Amino acid sequence: MDIKENIKTLIVKKELKLDCGQVINNFPLAYETYGSLNEKKDNAILVCHALTGDQFVTGLNPITKKEGWWSYAVGPKKSIDTNKYFVICVNVVGGCMGSFGPSHINPKTKKVYGIDFPVITINDIVNAQINLLDHFGIKKLFSVIGGSMGGMQVLQFASNFPDRVKTVVPIACTSNHSAQNIALNELGRQAITADHNWMAGEYLSKNVAPNKGLSVARMAAHITYLSKRGLQEKFGRKLQERDDLKFGFDADFQIESYLRYQGSVFVDRFDANSYLYITRAMDYFDLTKKFNGNLSEAFKNTKAKFFVISFTSDWLYPTQENKDIVIALNSIGADVGFVEIKSDKGHDSFLLDIPDFLKAVKNFLDQSYK
Amino acid sequence: MKSEFKIIADILKPDTRILDVGCDDGTLMEFLKKNKNIDVRGIEISKEKVQICIAKGLTVIEGNAEFDLKQFPNNSFDYVLLGQTLQAFINPEIVIKELLRVGKKAIVTIPNFGHWKVRLNLLFQGTMPVTKTLPNKWYNTPNLHMCTIKDFVEFSKIIDFKIYKSLALINKKVSNINNSNLFLKNLFAELGVFLIEKSDEN
Repeated sequence: MDIKENIKTLIVKKELKLDCGQVINNFPLAYETYGSLNEKKDNAILVCHALTGDQFVTGLNPITKKEGWWSYAVGPKKSIDTNKYFVICVNVVGGCMGSFGPSHINPKTKKVYGIDFPVITINDIVNAQINLLDHFGIKKLFSVIGGSMGGMQVLQFASNFPDRVKTVVPIACTSNHSAQNIALNELGRQAITADHNWMAGEYLSKNVAPNKGLSVARMAAHITYLSKRGLQEKFGRKLQERDDLKFGFDADFQIESYLRYQGSVFVDRFDANSYLYITRAMDYFDLTKKFNGNLSEAFKNTKAKFFVISFTSDWLYPTQENKDIVIALNSIGADVGFVEIKSDKGHDSFLLDIPDFLKAVKNFLDQSYK
Repeated sequence: MKSEFKIIADILKPDTRILDVGCDDGTLMEFLKKNKNIDVRGIEISKEKVQICIAKGLTVIEGNAEFDLKQFPNNSFDYVLLGQTLQAFINPEIVIKELLRVGKKAIVTIPNFGHWKVRLNLLFQGTMPVTKTLPNKWYNTPNLHMCTIKDFVEFSKIIDFKIYKSLALINKKVSNINNSNLFLKNLFAELGVFLIEKSDEN
């Protein structure tokens, strides 16, 4: 995969001490912005992307030539109104859309990092992102918002930089990754590393790619983003371009064909090692760890206004895990609102055209910006 | 604004912290926020109503007061409001105790089942009363534990909380309820408004 020239990049000179102990500096952060920063610099919103997202939030993604991952929510007059707000999104450290990641060259060995890349955490990702705010001279964000792993970054940001954000919107996420979610991520990682072409992470220098493994990882993950009911309604037992079962292992069912397609297009835009690193960052995420299991402590200095959103059919980051965040905030008297949006589209709901969700985000932001 | 809200707003002191339990579409919250500089939070069970509150810029949590009050620390609000919903809970006793744990004081309003129209309705029609304040039929009412003003006063003695102030709403007029007029207020008031506190020994 080529990283094209039209990716905006900030080279971070400052040292960043990672949770694993390693120190990095002079590393690239790829980002994109939408709308314009006003004079007071008080209209900036940091959008945090999820596992397989990138900085191209809305409009045409210049690399994949597809619509940005949050086109429903971000744009002129949309929930996150780019006529009004200055939207920034940064490709996470460890990613594969231009930010410092395992497909970069290790200056010491002159070889691709591969699995010599340091293991990164959500905390590292957020601590890297703050450099971009400094770059733009933004003292305080109007909002930090994101779903899934983006929501984890949102929580971490609110905890690490309580004075640098006015409103905080974690969506469909958790304050610590559950055993079930670690298990599902491990399944994906095992699929990748079991692929012969993974080559102990050195596939790039050997001009191969563990596409089979990465696509199986994506297929498994994709199922977890949907709901049983959503799948049943969309696919049921419908057959794929055939009148009857073929008594073989081709994709007889539409759902099989759909998943295979999802897997196959994913490998064109995502790096297998990045998938390992980012899922690991999610698994390591436990905002309560530093505070002896007390999540409230993570937010004890906050003056921000929080708005937590979950979805009824999301079994990956279920409502209760989102509510735990609300409970922790309430127990320290923080300003927190919460709504569970009705949707049968599963965890993916936050990416889709769910009017109640989009309306809630828009109303919360616009009312808070007044 | 509803007379009930006016009574509540008059009781509340400005610059306080308030939780409105069952805040509905946030009408009262909005009034308190704008006019009394009150830091007001809401909890509401209906998703649609929560959306309306968000659109008004109010801080509201979707939740069920019967289960979700426990997340608030002791005395974390100056007042907790409960408007005309006590009778709809499975266990009103627990709810009252929770209100008084979370709030230093609570304001509870009760649609009065002792109102004369309700009594006549049952006496002459022989069917469950349907009135302006109690518009539902027996089979679709959310009310599980209807009570009268007198019942609520007795309830305060049984589960041991202090009624600091009690007001009756009769034809949009407010009057005090005391021991000597309890019989009449219980007959004529559509609504009882009670400012309550934990009893001293608690």
